[in-house]
Amino acid sequence: MSLAAHVVVQRGSLGVDVEFSVGDGEVLAVLGPNGAGKSTVLRVLAGLLRPEDGQVVVDGDQIWDSAERHVPPHQRSLGMVFQDHLLFPHLSITENVAFGLRSRGAKRATARAAAAPWLARVGLAGLGDRRPGELSGGQAQRAALARALVGDPRVLLLDEPLSALDARTRLTVRAELHRHLADYAGSAVLVTHDPIDAMALADRVVVVEDGRVVQAGSPAEVARRPRTDYVARLVGLVLLPGTGEGHQVALDGGGMVAVAEDVAGPVFVAVRPESVALYLQRPDGSPRNVWPLRLAAATPHGSVVRCDLAGEVPLTADVTATSFAELGLAPGAEVWASVKASEVAVYTR
Amino acid sequence: MAVAFLVLPLVGLVVRAPWSTIGPQLAQQEVGQALRLSLFSATLATLLSLVLGVPLAWVLARSRIRGRSVLRALVTVPLVLPPVVGGVALFLVIGRTGILGRPLYEHLGVTIPFTTTAVVIAETFVAMPFLVISVEGALRAADARFEDAAATLGADRWTTFRRVTLPLVAPGIAAGAVLCWARALGEFGATITFAGNFPGTTQTMPLAVYLALQRDPEAAIVLSLVLLAVSLGTLLLLRDRWLGRGVAA
Repeated sequence: MSLAAHVVVQRGSLGVDVEFSVGDGEVLAVLGPNGAGKSTVLRVLAGLLRPEDGQVVVDGDQIWDSAERHVPPHQRSLGMVFQDHLLFPHLSITENVAFGLRSRGAKRATARAAAAPWLARVGLAGLGDRRPGELSGGQAQRAALARALVGDPRVLLLDEPLSALDARTRLTVRAELHRHLADYAGSAVLVTHDPIDAMALADRVVVVEDGRVVQAGSPAEVARRPRTDYVARLVGLVLLPGTGEGHQVALDGGGMVAVAEDVAGPVFVAVRPESVALYLQRPDGSPRNVWPLRLAAATPHGSVVRCDLAGEVPLTADVTATSFAELGLAPGAEVWASVKASEVAVYTR
Repeated sequence: MAVAFLVLPLVGLVVRAPWSTIGPQLAQQEVGQALRLSLFSATLATLLSLVLGVPLAWVLARSRIRGRSVLRALVTVPLVLPPVVGGVALFLVIGRTGILGRPLYEHLGVTIPFTTTAVVIAETFVAMPFLVISVEGALRAADARFEDAAATLGADRWTTFRRVTLPLVAPGIAAGAVLCWARALGEFGATITFAGNFPGTTQTMPLAVYLALQRDPEAAIVLSLVLLAVSLGTLLLLRDRWLGRGVAA
């Protein structure tokens, strides 16, 4: 079982042109900001939206979409989980889970019997007679997952499955989802704007911005070596494009960064905000990367204060609340920022 | 003020009612006949409106066919059209010499005007828009993504409509059917124009009221009270289901 898709579709002013494939038992995360066209891609895979060009092929030879062919959603072997579960409010949980089997021709009793073990698998045994309105958000999303998986579909589509849940529920449902996805033999596509979902659940990540794939790779790779500002921000890095020569990188925006490795040609420099130190006076000693910058904004972020710095090298620094108070900084203040060369990641563009 | 304006005439009706002679008045054969005919034809018109109107409402709310706005405007025409004009129009089309009526009569020997069928047709013509508009509103309020979800679960359009859409908009359909039935029950203009006023076949309660008012005002009051009672009774009977669950629930 596998899925190969090339989706070309115009949604208002957004032109989407995205290509990817998902192997057997693999989970692909489509990560991107809101409005990047992720959900549009998912709707095309589901058959709810016909692409203007491209194709969707399952198992190498089963064409779901092409220039000549469009298989309607109900004839595709797929399961879909929606952000806000979309359990049918007039049906019981058991009937919801049995719905897919019933509409594919199973007898009422057979379908209900098949739904029961699935309810047990997602931890909802005994709640089958309830209505969706009587479940908590996490329970409803579990039921929605059971409903999508009950027919053992070839393709599983998950549209922001965790984003409607509160933080604590999200944690447990994410862990369960991870378990179910590991057991799932088909191809799964997860659409999310949350990098943690993507990192925790997916085997591979494609990052989509403005309707285009801007980066693809394993979750670890994407997290370590972001290629766009959006991804860098998501994984908490500051991304500086530049050109390397020896142990120096001349940044595109001006300024030089010293790095530990020998580099040449176009590169990205990635700086972790917690590795940036701030001083009121130019620091003495070893760090070669020292820049006079101006504090543009400071926002508390847990136990640290996130300082956005403007100047020759735009950086973000996370300093502890204590040091922030000791420095006595206010927006507009002049500061010196320093980073050790060994703390700077550098990789080719 | 507005409430008084709406309620006072009904109070007047109750106050002026000849309560002492109401028993014999009601026992008259024509009253029972007219009432039975009214209930029968209004119910049939409502059923017909459901069969024709719900799919139409679905088309108006869900499909993307061209000319949908024109279609919606056409549906609302009978709402604003004086019923008498509707009756004349029906007569011209399916009357014995009408565009459709002539071939019907010549080839099949079927005459529609001045029959109970005509009553049902006239009532459906006038009352169906109430149902269509109500159901269309319910369909628009219902989340169309439930239908997407059903499609991803292997349900074709018809299964989705039957198992998901219809149950979701059932309260709206019930409300529309009540409105439609009430409108059909009170239909006067189109009925008298197209179906005439024959006791037993086309004389519905409103026609009987009108006739009685000219001949015997007391009888008219009694008949009006019966109509009022039937309407209110139906409303009360359905109110819990209808208001309790809410159209968008």
